[in-house]
Amino acid sequence: MDRNEMKLTFSARSVNESFARITIAAFLAPLNPSVEELSDIKTAVAEAVTNALIHGYEENPQKEIEMHCMTAGQKVHIEIIDRGKGIEDIEKAREPFYTTRPEWENAGMGISIMEAFMDAVSIESHRDLGTKIIMEKEIGTV
Amino acid sequence: MIFQYELKDNSLRVMLPKELDHHSSIDIRTQTDMLLKTYQVKNLIFDFRQTEFMDSSGIGMVIGRCRNMEFSGGEVTAEHMNERIQKIFLLSGLHKLIKVKEGGDETWTETK
Repeated sequence: MDRNEMKLTFSARSVNESFARITIAAFLAPLNPSVEELSDIKTAVAEAVTNALIHGYEENPQKEIEMHCMTAGQKVHIEIIDRGKGIEDIEKAREPFYTTRPEWENAGMGISIMEAFMDAVSIESHRDLGTKIIMEKEIGTV
Repeated sequence: MIFQYELKDNSLRVMLPKELDHHSSIDIRTQTDMLLKTYQVKNLIFDFRQTEFMDSSGIGMVIGRCRNMEFSGGEVTAEHMNERIQKIFLLSGLHKLIKVKEGGDETWTETK
């Protein structure tokens, strides 16, 4: 089975959201994903990166976000890691429309969208240590 | 990044960019609110003809403007969404909050 891996670290700046999306799309190109599959993964990555940026780091551009991607055959495993403030209540955060920052006009849809577009999403988070979002998807199953 | 505004007969058309994410939503939010505050806008139209990508930050930006228009008694419409954007609308329930128009107003002319 063909295996591949990449790690990327970038500043927690909103301009890097599109950089992360484009990079994951380029890395996964050899797996020959459909346009739809690629859009799903790009959207899920965007949600995770935006969460790290605005919630984990509260938009502090001095901080860094890591993106780690591994593939085995058609299986894709993505981790988005921040070392920010962590999620206080993961169960609550998973509820659609739940947001800790209503004044920022976030839809509270980030995790729901990740779950809708990926096969599996898990969250590891510790207060003041950070958050790791792990997402998995198999390419070419539909 | 290209996004433009057209103000005509109490209608404000916002041409959304190719990628509507957290980054691009910040400026659109500020500029749209400024225009809504300055002019008496009755119809706010979000034009998605250029938009290929939208995430939950884009959804939040649209919902926020819907709320502002609700206060002033105006109407919000979304036009020219591709299949991808329609999927995001369905998933987020945005289609229940906002009037969705198929095709849309063809009188819009491209300007720079």
